[in-house]
Amino acid sequence: MTLKRIAIFTTICLFCLGLMVSPAMAFKGTYKVGAVFSATGRTSFLGDPEKKTAEMIAEQINKAGGINGHKLELIVYDTEGDATKANLAVKKLMTQDKVSAVIGPSLSGTSLAVLPLAEKYKTPLISCAASYKIVHNDKTGKPYKWVFKTPQTDTMAVEAIYARLQKKGINKIAIVSVTSGFGASGRGELIRLAPKYKMNIVADEKYGPKDTDMTAQMTKIKGKAPQAIINWSVGPTQVTVLRNNRDLGMTSIPFYQSHGFGSRKNIKLAAGAAEGVFCPLGSCNIAGLLPANDPQKGVTTKYMKDYMAKYNEPLSSFGGHAWDALHMVVKALSKVGNDKAKIRDYLENHIKGFVGQHGIFNYSADDHNGLTKDAFNMVVVKDGDWALAD
Amino acid sequence: MLRIGKIPIAVFALFIIAFPWVTHEIPSIEHYTDIMIFAGIYCLITMGLSLLMGYTGQISIGHAAFYGIGAYTSAILTAQYGLNPWPCIIVGMAISAVIAVLVGAPSLKLKGHYLAMATLAFGIIVYIIFNEEAAWTGGPDGMTGIPGLSLFGFEFDSVKKYYYLVWIFVFAAFIFTVNIIQSGIGRALRAIHVSEPAASAMGVDISRFKILVFVYSAVLASLAGSLYAHYLNFINPSTFDLFFSIKLLIMIALGGMYNIWGAIIGAGLITFLSYEWLYYFQEYEVIVYGAILLLVTIFFPKGLVGVPGIVKGWFRE
Amino acid sequence: MIFSPPEAGKPFTNKIPQVHLREFHKIVTRFYSMETITLSGQLFQYLITGITVGSVYAMVAVGFNIIYNVTEIINFAQGEFVMLGGLIMVFFHVVMGLPLIMAFPATVILVMLVGILLDRLAIRPIRQPSVLTLIIATIAASILLKGAAMFIWGKDPYDLPAFSGRNPITVFGAVIQPQYLWVIGFLIVIVIVLSIFFDRTIIGKAMSACADNPNAASLVGINVKQMILLSFALSAAIGAVAGITVTPISLMEYDRGAMLAVKGFGAAILGGLGSFPGAILGGLIMGTIESFGAGVISSGYKDAFALIVLLIVLFFRPSGILGSIEISKIKRF
Repeated sequence: MTLKRIAIFTTICLFCLGLMVSPAMAFKGTYKVGAVFSATGRTSFLGDPEKKTAEMIAEQINKAGGINGHKLELIVYDTEGDATKANLAVKKLMTQDKVSAVIGPSLSGTSLAVLPLAEKYKTPLISCAASYKIVHNDKTGKPYKWVFKTPQTDTMAVEAIYARLQKKGINKIAIVSVTSGFGASGRGELIRLAPKYKMNIVADEKYGPKDTDMTAQMTKIKGKAPQAIINWSVGPTQVTVLRNNRDLGMTSIPFYQSHGFGSRKNIKLAAGAAEGVFCPLGSCNIAGLLPANDPQKGVTTKYMKDYMAKYNEPLSSFGGHAWDALHMVVKALSKVGNDKAKIRDYLENHIKGFVGQHGIFNYSADDHNGLTKDAFNMVVVKDGDWALAD
Repeated sequence: MLRIGKIPIAVFALFIIAFPWVTHEIPSIEHYTDIMIFAGIYCLITMGLSLLMGYTGQISIGHAAFYGIGAYTSAILTAQYGLNPWPCIIVGMAISAVIAVLVGAPSLKLKGHYLAMATLAFGIIVYIIFNEEAAWTGGPDGMTGIPGLSLFGFEFDSVKKYYYLVWIFVFAAFIFTVNIIQSGIGRALRAIHVSEPAASAMGVDISRFKILVFVYSAVLASLAGSLYAHYLNFINPSTFDLFFSIKLLIMIALGGMYNIWGAIIGAGLITFLSYEWLYYFQEYEVIVYGAILLLVTIFFPKGLVGVPGIVKGWFRE
Repeated sequence: MIFSPPEAGKPFTNKIPQVHLREFHKIVTRFYSMETITLSGQLFQYLITGITVGSVYAMVAVGFNIIYNVTEIINFAQGEFVMLGGLIMVFFHVVMGLPLIMAFPATVILVMLVGILLDRLAIRPIRQPSVLTLIIATIAASILLKGAAMFIWGKDPYDLPAFSGRNPITVFGAVIQPQYLWVIGFLIVIVIVLSIFFDRTIIGKAMSACADNPNAASLVGINVKQMILLSFALSAAIGAVAGITVTPISLMEYDRGAMLAVKGFGAAILGGLGSFPGAILGGLIMGTIESFGAGVISSGYKDAFALIVLLIVLFFRPSGILGSIEISKIKRF
């Protein structure tokens, strides 16, 4: 009996000691921010750099003394790209961890899955996913009250591509897309905006995210003889499709990739087949190429340097979405403290001319994305690296 | 195996009733009630599957499809046509039943691995339809705007309220399933599992019983899908993919498929493992998950419900 | 239209003054393959692509059958052998820089070892095997292998140089990658080697005996356990060959295995479990339907077409195209 008591007593003592030691830095208090990313699983190429970026920023901020003397406590959960998990994690963040704001999730699907929670628990959420549906309520035609997002929408990427095609006098196009959320959403926008830019879609092909070969789809496209091909996918298939395209001798048809192509690894994997491919990219991908007077030159260069120094891996543009989201929250926290409603109002009314990784953000009551198609630079693959297209 | 005692049922019921009140008092596990809602939803499916696989010996790797059909029927009828959710849930169950008959009648003539492949194929085809028919289903991004449930003006809008709603359904299904097992139908099913020719010689109409159980399990899965859709207010196809069907299989195998308690324990355990406990392993999660699964199959081939028997065996030695 | 006139937005690569070898290939390719394609050329292209993809499915299906014949187990980790084959080959060939001729056998042997370990650590220890326990055990093993691969190679896809370059050959207006021929060629080699093995060698005959009746086989002095081990090693080797040959076409990453296993399982069932000609036929049919389905009807539904055909076949022939109903009655599962 006594032994047990001693054991309990020691445990309690140790616990108290732990409590006393942990806030070693002299912070006034903590600001809690939640983050949900698909850090593992099939879509980890999105969530993993986002998680690393968010953790890096939190560390930098706390080292520099926190936000107005408050420690920034970042609570990260992994969704694995699963809607159910995302729902559970965000609910836990909002009700149990009682965070002031949530950044993420990484995917359009998981973001749409947690939308109702942000509205219900009145907590601001800044999604890191592409679809415009996240910030557009079909019923009201306006954004959801508590939900914002940082990545450019597919709409902008499509407009950037279409605008360029129109300039070049091309109107007969073929589209290929992967049957995942990303591909389907991009395909939807390609079809929806085609009439506006007078594009005639002669082929509309799809492939699965784990397909081994897309020669059949590309052959069909070849038969339709389009003036340009637009592919909308992420992951290894966007490389395979390029190789199949080259193998079929179709390299003289201009090939456009979506903004999902924004990793140098893809160029390398394509083994030469990516030469001459166009894609719209945010400034974050091409910090080195930006002219010195570009307003984003400073933030993008610093982020790239910090990230590569800390993690010793090439920068992925997806991490930039988390950078934008977390820095906005931090800015709001520093101005209005940790009141959730005030943070939301601040985001909506005072994020103007915010220089981020992926563009210059201007949020308003009607626009919870804050970017225009100018957030994209048209880039071409040249000698195995990016180059700005004319 | 056919006898299911009253005392365990009472203990189980008390546990379920008390669960939210107990966890509410402990801040670090407050959200367990939320996870238990999903455990309950999965229990509905695994109970039906346990009857199909454990008691009848028919494999299905396609039940995610019925789960999805229930969810999408509810979602489309309520979100796009603004109907009351309750009749939509019933419609979903009816549609699932019809599809189960259409698919089951030819499939259940197949044996072993052939049946596994047929159900697998069915599951994948339905999943592709969810993805492709975007005008109805919203495509891979999923559907939003699915309303929550309410009854006579009482809204099931909090975690605790929905918890009790789901578990009332689980209990109803549990009692119903136990009754089936303990009735003549249950004995007929056991006979089919042991030997089809013998059962047939005894005058058991094998194909009718098999289809009946298949339909029953499909209807339960459909109900579970509807409950899921109305709780999350959102669905997307990847929830209903092949890997979910395999997860159901794992739940049943882990819990023990020759016993209805196995279905419940397996569903609860896998839900908590994959949504909570394995989280601490982060990247290693997959490996730990695989290892647990493998060790249980090797050491407890009858699942976790077989553990007490094995322990008893040790003491006898 | 051999040299298509320069059009707006044309890739700038044409303007590069000095012509690298790669660019040279490109120009040659463009010279021979026209930008337009005739209908017959398209159909031929679908056939070639279908047969190539189908050959990979067939190899996976043959792997399923080897283990099934001896043990009646469907080894769902079969797809992981393919994944491991590709990734280990990347390690030996690209990272270590071993020549193809050495890296190839080294990879196959290493994957065979994994197959042997799979049998010893996951399958043999199970004391009361039933179909479901065995299925779960192989699924668990595949999850473990996938997790291990994720740790070793990360989540990025990897590339392998094509065995004999990447200059496509044009036949009847269709474009054939040399690597396609390697895939199809290795399928043929596997077929020949296996038929010699099972018909001409003592071990092969012993394995066939185990397949027919394990009890009788052990009575005549065949070590059934060793035969099971051998069957795992053999099917791992075939999986490795499939992975090595397909990686130059489709790249390879840690989680590719599951989908390949499903497709291969479908092919094995379509052809009739246990039948080697059936597996090859099943694989080729699945691949061709997918390719034609994608090209001619709808690429979104291409996977569904193959599976619908599979279901229809099963409803009329419950034991697959070449499977024997008599044999499937003897089998426990």
